[in-house]
Amino acid sequence: MTNKIAYPKAWLFVLPVVALVAFNALIPLMTVVNYSVQETFGNNVFFWEGVRWFEEVLNSERFHASLGRQLTFTGIILSIEIPLGIAIALTMPTRGFWASVCLVLMALPLLIPWNVVGAMWNIFALPEIGLLGQIINGMGIDYNFTQQPIAAWFTTILMDVWHWTSLVVLLAYAGLQSIPDAYYQAAKIDGASGWAVFRYIQLPKMKRVLTIAILLRFMDSFMIYTEPFVLTGGGPGNTTTFLSIDLVKIALGQFDLGPAAAMSLIYFMIVLLLCWVFYTLMMRDEEP
Amino acid sequence: MAKISLQDLRHSYLADPKGDEDWALKHMNVEWSDGGAYALLGPSGCGKTTLLSIISGLLTPTEGRVLFDGAEVTDIPPDRRNIAQVFQFPVVYDTMKVYDNLAFPLRNRGMAEAELDKKVREIAAMLDLEDTLKKRASGLTADGKQKISLGRGLVRSDVNAILFDEPLTVIDPHLKWILRSKLKELHQRIGTTMIYVTHDQTEALTFADQVVVMHEGTVVQIGTPVDLFERPKHTFVGHFIGSPGMNVLPCTLDGEMPYFDGVPVPIEHPAPGNGGAERLEIGVRPEFVSFADTGIPVEIVRLSDVGRYQIVDVRHGEHVIKLLVPEGAELPSESAHIRFDPAYTRVYADGWIMG
Amino acid sequence: MRKVVWLVPTLYILFLMLPIYWLLNMSFKTTNEILGAFTLWPQRFTLDNYIKIFTDPTWYTGYFNSITYVVINTSISVTVALPAAYAFSRYRFLGDKHLFFWLLTNRMAPPAVFALPFFQLYSAVGLFDTHLAVALAHTLFNIPLAVWILEGFMSGVPKELDETAYVDGYSFWRFFLRIFIPTIAAGIGVAAFFCFMFSWVELLLAKTLTSVAAKPIAATMTRTASTAGYELGLLAAAGSLTIIPGAFVIYFVRNYIAKGFALGRV
Repeated sequence: MTNKIAYPKAWLFVLPVVALVAFNALIPLMTVVNYSVQETFGNNVFFWEGVRWFEEVLNSERFHASLGRQLTFTGIILSIEIPLGIAIALTMPTRGFWASVCLVLMALPLLIPWNVVGAMWNIFALPEIGLLGQIINGMGIDYNFTQQPIAAWFTTILMDVWHWTSLVVLLAYAGLQSIPDAYYQAAKIDGASGWAVFRYIQLPKMKRVLTIAILLRFMDSFMIYTEPFVLTGGGPGNTTTFLSIDLVKIALGQFDLGPAAAMSLIYFMIVLLLCWVFYTLMMRDEEP
Repeated sequence: MAKISLQDLRHSYLADPKGDEDWALKHMNVEWSDGGAYALLGPSGCGKTTLLSIISGLLTPTEGRVLFDGAEVTDIPPDRRNIAQVFQFPVVYDTMKVYDNLAFPLRNRGMAEAELDKKVREIAAMLDLEDTLKKRASGLTADGKQKISLGRGLVRSDVNAILFDEPLTVIDPHLKWILRSKLKELHQRIGTTMIYVTHDQTEALTFADQVVVMHEGTVVQIGTPVDLFERPKHTFVGHFIGSPGMNVLPCTLDGEMPYFDGVPVPIEHPAPGNGGAERLEIGVRPEFVSFADTGIPVEIVRLSDVGRYQIVDVRHGEHVIKLLVPEGAELPSESAHIRFDPAYTRVYADGWIMG
Repeated sequence: MRKVVWLVPTLYILFLMLPIYWLLNMSFKTTNEILGAFTLWPQRFTLDNYIKIFTDPTWYTGYFNSITYVVINTSISVTVALPAAYAFSRYRFLGDKHLFFWLLTNRMAPPAVFALPFFQLYSAVGLFDTHLAVALAHTLFNIPLAVWILEGFMSGVPKELDETAYVDGYSFWRFFLRIFIPTIAAGIGVAAFFCFMFSWVELLLAKTLTSVAAKPIAATMTRTASTAGYELGLLAAAGSLTIIPGAFVIYFVRNYIAKGFALGRV
């Protein structure tokens, strides 16, 4: 890749994007920040609380627990979905009828509204009346996700893999298609093995696209709400109560807007930090 | 090094070719002699990259055979044909260092490290890449990367031929000249067969000993640059080569003497008959047209100064003819006569030279 | 080894289809049957769920509303993202790295955070309960996505391609439309599909910003899942139907994603 040209007028290219996104982003951000430093007892009366909420949240055991669960969940998800997605993209047909069939079928799980996803997996995995529940119990394993934390985690993870791996597949697949033929031709002439082609041509050329996939999956799984909520309600107990679910419980259930807003901001900072670190690491060997 | 023969070659990209236009490469027999420096010249879409891909093995021809030194290689894949190819865009392995890029083909063939180290350094020296060996390949400029591509082909000592597919397209103009000379120098040093595809006649004519001109899937002429210039076998070659290109004018034949609009145009090697051709033309380059006292009456229309000479556009009826005059030469007044040098005037029937 | 390779996508697709078959299964059953017993296909096959959806105006207008704002959103997002992504990919300018990252940060907050402020914002500008409101609100997360995806693909195209085109005499716009865009076709296909998809499935904001006129399918479906009782059969039928528009979209862009374009130069 060659160097970019310095071109101040490039701002014009970017202006529409900035305008639209900023329009949507600034006011809610201000609102949240506003809430996070105030206390209310209703009736729209607010008292300044400073950093009290932030301190409370950061010190609360409950927060640590849901953060821990969340990090574990996201870690597992990423370690399954990314390699699996790449592997599938590599083995899919590249053109023709079967390529179309694959693409359409793989896209289907992504298109189902998330509450429906949760609901259908709920039934699907129930031991008595669901196909998955019947199969697993039929194999002799005692499986009931409404009562066993391990089963609940297993089901939630399986649901997420089912739901979202295709996103990684589509991105990786599109990325692979964009590699010009000349690279494969040169590799053929050089006598490179399949593994060498993957390591030296495909993987490097997919780097940017994979970065997007990883960042997207990281963010979305970190903020996951609807699907696990509909599937398990955060249970049994609070074993599958991830950050978002906890957040909503506090905000709506207890109507503690202050702590909820503070939590959102802390939450946001964590995601921001981790993404930024990851992004910088991935892009560090591109030129300035 | 090898002699490459293409026998009864024809290629179509369609599964079921019917008419002539369905064939990307029309029927041809071509021989490339061992150690020759060839240019494959033609406009975009004429089939040169297709032909190159068939030679390298990236494409299997619909019909015909490809032979290296008499042995058939038509179905043998590229890595076993021992050819090297340099593409239009620099193809390097970005994540590897330059050294590893050059070593890659040798490592894949199982060569010992000590041995390949010598080879890599030798080639790097030849291509002026020595100071970059430890750098990552992605950090080089476009011409550096093309040199790496070239180097990967040169490290293999058993290379039969090196194929270039418009390799200087992305290089800066002032570097093009340097690289071109380098390629010529390389050819003289190592003597491998080189086939250089381009649509730029300057590149072709300066690099090659023999130029293969292609047009719409057919090999129109193979010859030295001088041959192509002085004796183009097809009007297309006349147009395409030289700047400005050859003048092509309709004519009639009376016996052996061509006539342009009633004026006889004597030529040195008249051709017998016209074999029932539909279209007869005279071709003569502007370099071989001059003003004279008698001959074809014309009027001077335009004058362009190109530095060391001038291009004069003259008109006869509805035909515009170009001729060259030296810088500062006196031009006759408005109406004048021109004559064509008989030694370099040719007659073409349906585009092909007669005689 | 090569023969077995197709096994991977095949197994994956089977894995994907199993719950979908289950969904379809449920959609042809009554809620009682779903909850009452385990049956691989409906014992009492019923089309009631689908009939309800096709005849009840709140349901089918919901579909049209959703399709409308999703199409608007996808068009806007991809269109403004293209020049921005090109700028990020090819040029350096003040604040470019930070701006690029800032775009992504808009996807980092839980959507719940935006519900109330968005309600206030869009009411204030008089766009409440319009398709445009939802379309615009969704650009918050779709534009960054489109820009990032497109930039990723554009950066994979060597700059030499641009320069070759200029040398060959192309004007900027002709180059952009006739050479550059086909080269990144896969990226555009993917970006368009993802924008469509994320906007299509987004429930919270779509519900918050609409009440009657632009009420999307999302709102009606969450109503079904109220505490009064899951109408599972209906939900399943609605869920099955929501797959269809998206399937069309991916089918439409499949040629851009799979190598449908051969860039041969002779």
